[in-house]
Order: sequence, then structure tokens, then C-alpha cells
Amino acid sequence: MRNILTIAAKELRSYFVSPIAYIILAVFALVFGIFFNVSVESFIRYVLAQGQMGGNVSLDLHETLIARLMGTINTIGLFLVPMITMRLFAEEKRTGTIELLLTSPVRDYEIVLGKWLAAVAFYAALLVVSSLNFAILLYFSNPEWKPILVAYLGLFLTGCATLALGTFVSTTTRNQIIAVAVTFFACLALWIADAVTVFGSGFWAEVIGYLSLISHFNDFSRGLLQAKDVVFFVTFTIFFLFLSVRSLESLRWRS
Amino acid sequence: MIDVQNLSKRYGGFTAVDNISFHVERGRIVGFLGPNGAGKTTTMRVLTCFLPPSRGSVSIAGHDVLEEPLAVKRAVGYLPETPPLYTDMSVEGYLRFVSEIKGVPARKVAGRVEYALKRCALLDVRGKLIAKLSKGYRQRVGLAQALLHDPQLLILDEPTSGLDPKQILETRDLIRELSGDHTIILSTHILPEVEQVCQEVIIINKGRLVATDSVANLRNRLQGADAIAIEIFTEGAAIDPQSAEQLLAAIPGVARVHSNGLREGRIHLELEAGPGRRIRSAAVNAILSRGWQLYEMKSITYSLEEVFLEVTGASAEESPSSAGDAAEEEAQ
Repeated sequence: MRNILTIAAKELRSYFVSPIAYIILAVFALVFGIFFNVSVESFIRYVLAQGQMGGNVSLDLHETLIARLMGTINTIGLFLVPMITMRLFAEEKRTGTIELLLTSPVRDYEIVLGKWLAAVAFYAALLVVSSLNFAILLYFSNPEWKPILVAYLGLFLTGCATLALGTFVSTTTRNQIIAVAVTFFACLALWIADAVTVFGSGFWAEVIGYLSLISHFNDFSRGLLQAKDVVFFVTFTIFFLFLSVRSLESLRWRS
Repeated sequence: MIDVQNLSKRYGGFTAVDNISFHVERGRIVGFLGPNGAGKTTTMRVLTCFLPPSRGSVSIAGHDVLEEPLAVKRAVGYLPETPPLYTDMSVEGYLRFVSEIKGVPARKVAGRVEYALKRCALLDVRGKLIAKLSKGYRQRVGLAQALLHDPQLLILDEPTSGLDPKQILETRDLIRELSGDHTIILSTHILPEVEQVCQEVIIINKGRLVATDSVANLRNRLQGADAIAIEIFTEGAAIDPQSAEQLLAAIPGVARVHSNGLREGRIHLELEAGPGRRIRSAAVNAILSRGWQLYEMKSITYSLEEVFLEVTGASAEESPSSAGDAAEEEAQ
């Protein structure tokens, strides 16, 4: 445990001594801030217009505004996750520092978990930044807070899963550009995997559709906490962390 | 301390290390000598558990590298060929991190870092970013990193490569100082380095073990026969290479004379003495007594290549005198 935390702390620290952490945080805060502003404004206009026409304003604030904003955070995350995980192992392989880790009395899974945890912690920092926007919303209106928490759990679990995927990709290359590109396209493919159910049906369409990250996330964003979705993300995460450990082990046999 | 039995390491179809065995006693400084690509780094990587052996067994301080890798890693401090440095960290921060992953107890970390900083003369750069350090300092940080957990065995891969002459001397001194507390195995392709620093030498070439011996024995084998190069001025004296060769061959103790002919008005000759014989003053006297002018006389130092020729040549002859060296037998 101490080894995992040591590695995680070192990794987290190196995010923040390079400009990349600040760039990611700033871009995220800006892009989501714009989305948030535009969405809230158009929501208010819509409500006012309905009111003027004498219609019965019974819009669900969560369904029409918050759930969509959660989806926006998730989509921005799709772009940022590869940048967070790209250097985890690729950098160490390029500079040769991986030799230090692999000849130290730490287990391979401790190295993988430490690095992945650092990435998760950084991703969590992004979520905290985004939550400031919702704090403002909570201050000026009274949406239900429980579905918001569930949606955040969904964001967090999606992050854990895609970061695990990115960690695995990073163990397979020494080139960070390749790590970014492969992670991004793999996540994108999983993101939209449920599209196959539109075009086809049958066993394989169902299997591929099941792997879609977005369809599992959508339940969370609507405020539904379901065991099947939690199990999916946890399994997905463990699977790719396990692959990362095996990939790290195989380094010894191949290199 | 180190026991290697029939170690082989293959990458795909390429055999980097081929069936080598050797043994290193506690407290020794052993030089691992060989040209580039001989398999030195691969062997060291197997000793440090970075790579698993393809065949054979390796045990360090009584622990097998495959069965108890964590125990082996705790017993070994390793400086790879390129020091594994996180350049975005300060020297002190880096050493603290390495202490922690090397399993130094939390309350001892500060003390060990201080010890390594002092030992490797890094106190004045402790707060600096590693990225800003010169090559010599980086090498020292690499060495400090290997000392942190007070390992029984230090494995240093080319610790002096890429350093300037002053830094090389400092590093060698440091290694000699460290030898009191640790068993040390260091690789190099520089012969004098082995002579100056090590007590024993393991020579490998193309993945095979060529010789294991003490440095003293190796030196005797190479320099027991005094070899000198002589140049004689021919100007004003009618001499030819043959007569010079005959003159010198007649000196008692000279085992072999080889003439390299006449160039730039000088006769070039190489003399080799019989074992234990000193021939220099006799050669000078012989030349001067003929009234010839001696232009230059110098010792011939063996290059690494010649050492290999010498050592591999000796083992190929299977002479009974060197048959005691079991390792050589195996290399054939």
C-alpha cells in the first residue's frame, strides 16, 4: 500500500510541475463554463417563453438541463483522458526510468495501481472544477441534489474506466503521441458502440452495444443508480488494469 | 554473493548471453569486461531481475531471481547504463522517492538520503532540478540512487561512460571507497579501469564467457612478457632492418623480434621478452654499441582487442598451464 501511494504521489506531483495539468484544467474550466452558461441561458429563455404563452411550466430541471450538462462533461472528458494517461508508462519507457521501477522491490500491480490512481485523482480534480458551476445552480435554484450526486458518480466511474484503458495503452508504447491517438480512438469507439444496435440486431450487436460507455453512463446522468451499470464500469476498469499489469510483466520477456 | 549457473538469455532468435557461469564472493569488486554488444548489460539486467533468464539459474545473496525477485531487488543497488532519473524532480526529492520505493523505512529515509548526498558529493546541488545538472552530476545522482537502501550488492553498468577524465577519476575513487561496505560488480570496456578498480575480472565476448580471473593474474598474463617498440635512425649509418633484427634477437631474454620495416628513415621493431625477463637496458646498450641512434623506445600497451586475442588464443590452445581455469574450458 505504501508503495502504491508513493508512486501515486510522485506521479500526481509530476502532473503539476509540467504545464500539461494547468492546460488541461484551464481548457476544461473554460469549455465547460461556456457550455454551462449557454445551456442555462437557453433553458431560462425557454421557460420564460413558455410562461408568456400561458403554458404550464412543468419542465424537469434535471432532465432538461443538468443531465445534458453531465453528458457534456463526459464528452469533454473523452478528449482529456488520453492526455492524462499518455505519459504514465510511455514516458518511463522512453527515458529508461522504467528500469528503476522494475528493479525496485515493488510489485508490478503496485506500479500500475499507483499510476492509475494518480490519473484518477487528477481526473477527480477536473470534476471538482466542474462542480463549482453546479454549486452556483444550487445556490440560485433548487434542483434535487441526489440525482446530481448519482450523475457525478457516473462521471467518476466512466473516468476510472477510460483512464484504465489509457493506462493500458500507455504500457504498450514508448511514444506518447501514439498513446494519445490509440486511447482516444479506442474510447471513441466504445463511446458510440451502441450505434450498432441501430443498424443490426442479434447476438453480436447486443454484445457490442453492451460495451458502449455512453449507454451505461446515461442511466447515471438521469439520476438512476443501477447495479448493472456500476458492475459494468468496475469490471471494465479491473479488466484494463489487469491487462496493464500483464503488459508490464511482458515487457521483461520481450524487451 | 552472486552465483550464476549456465545462464543463457535469448531475444527471439538472437542469443545475447550463452551459457555462462560464474561466482562472486562477498566483498569483492569485480569488473565485467567486454566489447560493446558482448552481453554485459543483458547479464546485469538478469542479475537485477529486470529480465528473466531464458535458461540457467541466478541467485543473489542466496535468493533465486525467479523465485524471490523482491528479496533480490532489496539486496541489489543498480545503476543502469543511462541513469534512471526523473528530470523534473530535484535531486533530494528524487532520492527521497527512490528510498521509499526501495523499501527504506519511513523514519530512516531522511538519514539515508543525507548519507547518499554526502557520499556522492551532491550536497551543493541537493535542491537543484535534475534537468539542470551536468552529465557528471547526473551520473553521481544515479550512483547515489543505487546506495540508498544500503544494498549488499552494487551493480554498475558502465559507471564512467560519457564522463570527462576528471570525473572518471572521481567516480573510480568513489567506487573504491564504497567497496568496503558492498560487493560491487561493474561493467566496462576500458581495460585500465578494471586494473585500477577491480580485484577480479570476468571477460565476456559475443555472449560467451572468455575468462574469469583475478586482475593480478590477468596482468601477469598480459604483461609478464615485457613488450617494447623501438625505432632506430638509419641516417648516416648503413643498416637494414634484417641486421637490426638479428642484433636484437641475439640479446639474452628476448623471446621474439618482429620488424615492421623501414619508414620515414627509421627502422620499426617490436620486441617481446621471455616471461619475467627484463630486456630494455640490454637492447639500448646493443643499439648504442653499434653506434646507431635510438629514436624512440616505448612500452606496448595492450588494447582490449589484443587482450581478447590473447585470452581467447590461450584458451583455444588448451595448454595445461591454463587448464586450471574452469571457466575457460567452458567457453570453448
